[in-house]
Amino acid sequence: MDDILREYLPILIFLALAVGLGLVLILAAVVIAVRNPDPEKVSAYECGFNAFDDARMKFDVRFYLVSILFIIFDLEIAFLFPWAVAFGSLTDAAFWSMMVFLGVLTAGFAYEWKKGAMDWE
Amino acid sequence: MTSADLSAIAPEILISLYAMAALLFGAYTGKDKTAPLLVWVTSGLMVLVGLWIGLSGEGTNTAFHGMFTDDAFSRFGKVTVLFSAAAVMVMSEGYMARRNLLRFEFPILIALATVGMMVMVSAGDLMTLYMGLELQSLALYVVAALRRDSAKSTEAGLKYFVLGALSSGLLLYGASLTYGYAGTTLFSGIVSVASEGDIPLGLLFGLVFMITGLAFKVSAVPFHMWTPDVYEGSPTPVTAFFATAPKVAAIGLFARVMHDAFGQVVPDWSQVIALLSVLSMFLGAIAAIGQRDIKRLMAYSSIAHMGYALMGLAAGTQFGVQAMLVYMAIYVTMNIGTFAFILSMERDGQQVTDIASLNLYSKKSPGRALAMLILLFSLAGVPPLVGFFGKFYVLKAAVEADLTWLAVAGVVASVIGAFYYIRIVYLMYFGEEREGLDAGGSPVLAGFLMASAAAMVLGVINLFGVEAMAAAAAATLVN
Repeated sequence: MDDILREYLPILIFLALAVGLGLVLILAAVVIAVRNPDPEKVSAYECGFNAFDDARMKFDVRFYLVSILFIIFDLEIAFLFPWAVAFGSLTDAAFWSMMVFLGVLTAGFAYEWKKGAMDWE
Repeated sequence: MTSADLSAIAPEILISLYAMAALLFGAYTGKDKTAPLLVWVTSGLMVLVGLWIGLSGEGTNTAFHGMFTDDAFSRFGKVTVLFSAAAVMVMSEGYMARRNLLRFEFPILIALATVGMMVMVSAGDLMTLYMGLELQSLALYVVAALRRDSAKSTEAGLKYFVLGALSSGLLLYGASLTYGYAGTTLFSGIVSVASEGDIPLGLLFGLVFMITGLAFKVSAVPFHMWTPDVYEGSPTPVTAFFATAPKVAAIGLFARVMHDAFGQVVPDWSQVIALLSVLSMFLGAIAAIGQRDIKRLMAYSSIAHMGYALMGLAAGTQFGVQAMLVYMAIYVTMNIGTFAFILSMERDGQQVTDIASLNLYSKKSPGRALAMLILLFSLAGVPPLVGFFGKFYVLKAAVEADLTWLAVAGVVASVIGAFYYIRIVYLMYFGEEREGLDAGGSPVLAGFLMASAAAMVLGVINLFGVEAMAAAAAATLVN
């Protein structure tokens, strides 16, 4: 049991470092930063201009579709990449598992294409 | 991966392939015009796969190095899930078509959720458990929000999604702690670490977090808050589905994790589950009294029923698991009949869920009122109906496991709960004259209602042999 716990020691050190470093950076800003606030500095701005609109505006649902599509195919690449690197030493099971995965993904892709999820107009 | 592995999961593969083929078929042909066809084909396939699993399955096989278990317990769960999912889909078809809700994705999502549930009851590993649970949940989040233009339905979907994600997070945290302290995600490995008298503290924490996550899924108090809102907001056929198959799968998964992974440390989890059980029974019984909407009432009723099923699990014995399985099979049958009735509650073609609309219903449709009377008495656990035997078995299991206080609490809660079931009967037979419901309705729904009511009466002879199957299932799980 202790052996298992010892294997996790690097993670514990990493966590302590991450929390410590984060705290140091935030606290440093509080302690040593120069602060001269004036209305221009503290007002909200959008790309350098004054805010045009309320931030809680309605947002076309198609943007979500595009971003979800992006995530799906991004993940596909994340799976494919190590698989492709190790292609030479793959077993049959590994090869066909990826083919099944791609097949499932393609079925979903064909469905959403046909449903018109990718037509902008 | 060998052919033995693949043949163990052949039913799941078959339904998954069918779901993908149906998705493409629907998208490339008539879109929503194919929906009625897909509903019937999907239900037919589910019944066939259910028969196949029930009749051909034998012995205990594990696949994928123990990650997937095919035994009598999982087969019992799968057959119950498949049959109830098929029944609910057939019941939904007419209702959804008339309200323009019948999208061709509906049967496909139900099929995918069913695959998830089949994986859940067969899980032999924390990974398989989570995979099945998420496949089920993701499909269910979507069907809860099926009526996109209704604020209530989208709210139900969102609420279910957010709380479902929270419970999955708790479950995963528990799973990670369990993995950290046991060094394996396989149930067979965890059970060998958790076999000594006192288990590592971290493993105990993992166990408690996993119980919390699973309690969310079976909607046991104090993790029940999503249930009434989701049941009320979802389209009624979806509510009917939520109240049946996913409950069986979740409680099956619950029993599997407890007995397969932590079977050697029963006292550690038995007390937690006993607490969940007693809280669920009382909250379900008391909170339902104030409800005026029959869907919300059924939500609280299902919370109370989950409390009784958990009582069987809390006993921690083989007979306890058997009682739990018998209870779940009876609960599903009763709920299918009750929801067939709720689906047919209409006034001028509009759906009504107000309990007051049932006033003097017996004068309009004496046959349906009588069937509903039988179902309500059975839900309340009045002898000699089948619902009584379900309660009797779990109470017996609790008493035999020296949990007499839990059994006494169960009897008290069932007396309180009987009030709101019998109040509906009172309204139907002796209520006051008011604007009532339309008489008549779809013959399919009437058929399910009558069949379910008949099962509650005829089942007292031998429970249709469910008891022996449950006994065999429990024997493979607890050893």
